[in-house]
Amino acid sequence: MNILVCISRVPDTASRVIVGSDGKTIDPQGIKYIVNPYDEIALEEGLRLREKNGGTVTALTVGGESSKEQLRTALAMGVDSAVIVKTDSSFDSFFVANNISEYAKSINPDIILLGKQSVDFDSLQVPSILGELLGLPSVSVVTKLAIEGNTVTAEREIEGGKEVVETSLPCIISAQKGLNDPRYPKLPDIMKAKSKPIEEKDAVNSDERVTVMGIEIPLKKRAGIILGGEDKDIDEVVRLLHEESKVI
Amino acid sequence: MNKILVYLEGNKVELKRASYEIVSAARTFGLPVIGLIINVVESQVQIAAEYGLKECIIANSPTLNNYSSTAYASIIAETAKSNGCDVILFAGNAAGLELAPRVSAKLDAGYISDCVKLEVANGNFIAKKPVYGGKAQIIAKINTENKVFSLRPNVFTATTEPASLSITTVTSSIGEADATSKVINLAKNEGKLDVLEADVVVSAGRGIKGPENYILIENLAEVFGGAVGASRAVVDAGWRPHGEQVGQTGKTVSPTLYIAAGISGAVQHMAGMSTSKVILAINKDKDAPIFKVCDYGLVGDLFEVIPKLTEKIKAIKG
Repeated sequence: MNILVCISRVPDTASRVIVGSDGKTIDPQGIKYIVNPYDEIALEEGLRLREKNGGTVTALTVGGESSKEQLRTALAMGVDSAVIVKTDSSFDSFFVANNISEYAKSINPDIILLGKQSVDFDSLQVPSILGELLGLPSVSVVTKLAIEGNTVTAEREIEGGKEVVETSLPCIISAQKGLNDPRYPKLPDIMKAKSKPIEEKDAVNSDERVTVMGIEIPLKKRAGIILGGEDKDIDEVVRLLHEESKVI
Repeated sequence: MNKILVYLEGNKVELKRASYEIVSAARTFGLPVIGLIINVVESQVQIAAEYGLKECIIANSPTLNNYSSTAYASIIAETAKSNGCDVILFAGNAAGLELAPRVSAKLDAGYISDCVKLEVANGNFIAKKPVYGGKAQIIAKINTENKVFSLRPNVFTATTEPASLSITTVTSSIGEADATSKVINLAKNEGKLDVLEADVVVSAGRGIKGPENYILIENLAEVFGGAVGASRAVVDAGWRPHGEQVGQTGKTVSPTLYIAAGISGAVQHMAGMSTSKVILAINKDKDAPIFKVCDYGLVGDLFEVIPKLTEKIKAIKG
């Protein structure tokens, strides 16, 4: 099985976000970057598919030189090869999907796995756009995956329940929490990953479809009436919910 | 910008609330608005007239029995083209978030997802969308002629403005052959309301001390007919299922009332609930960060506070 997993470099979810000097991006100072948590789930699923079916797992990222750090994590987890499609400019979701599509055409994967969203721009766009560009089916936000021969059965979360979706290889799957618990790379593997080769490609440019004009931190406009835990305080909160905010 | 197409979804009897929200939002731009819904009966759509929809297309595909992202995206893109619609609006729910990017690719359109604000300025749409799990918002615009947006549910208000609605039913040639991925089964969470759909969400964190105590949270949620949520710590401990997790690596909710019990308020959690209309926090630590983002706070032991709160609210609701 030829497995392609796409990953991205994102700020650790515990990071505090500060607007950068250009007013359009965040200040990278003091931010720790990690593999997008949903992409870790995609990586784990790719490795498990290889363990079950044989084949190879390729990890791909679209980004700057620093994104190699996340490819090293993927190598330490056990992927066979790593590829970076290099760009130094800012990019939108279409740009990323288009570059993954270009690379995928060169290796014809049986399955492409990605996280359901990257926790920086939270756009949830790349898997489905990629499906259109490659003419492949996709299933988004998958919590359970079974592959028998060419038949793929995936469970995906919807409001108030689950959909069971049937499709066939080759296809694209976007991973949601619950699909698996990603492994932690072992120290010797982390050391070995440092010297493994990373294939480099130049990004294909596309016209910017979406332009970010600015970024801001939402104002906290909460009244913040903080009371104790006595009966009278509970009475007061119930009164406020009922009379002031009218939610009861 | 000529005409807006809004993609509507039905539940069993009428339309989903998110559909009313996007119809209401679409009306505010001063452009003609056409609704599109797939495989429903006319009686289900009629209610959209209450929300000011004047024109709606029902596309029926006789060979398509269930939802299919590939086939549905084709129907939506075809309908947009044949009706001269260059702006397409989706609800940012499970179906909308899966379909909108496909439709954008088919129409060579830019797409901004999960908008919490959308307005027209200087002849273009300007969107605001949360990023970094809601810790920041970007202001963005689309440069292509065709434009696709999805709107976060529960953020845009559904407003009534009765109109006369003309419904056209068409038979789509797109069907089974285009459904390269399709739903074969649907499992509803029996008797349980999802955090994404509830008006009231009651969540607990580590302060609940164990899964056996969740009955307190369930009882309080039940008084409202609301849903039960959980912090990441609670889910990671295996006390509650993943589907209930609220936060940056869980679900993002915007209910009318969010109650956080025994949740200290890690940035990851607050990212998932900060757009709730009213937030009530209960925590015994008066310095917990959650008290900085709530509307109302009770500093006390949740094991004492919640049963009393539940009874008092029950009394009011009668």
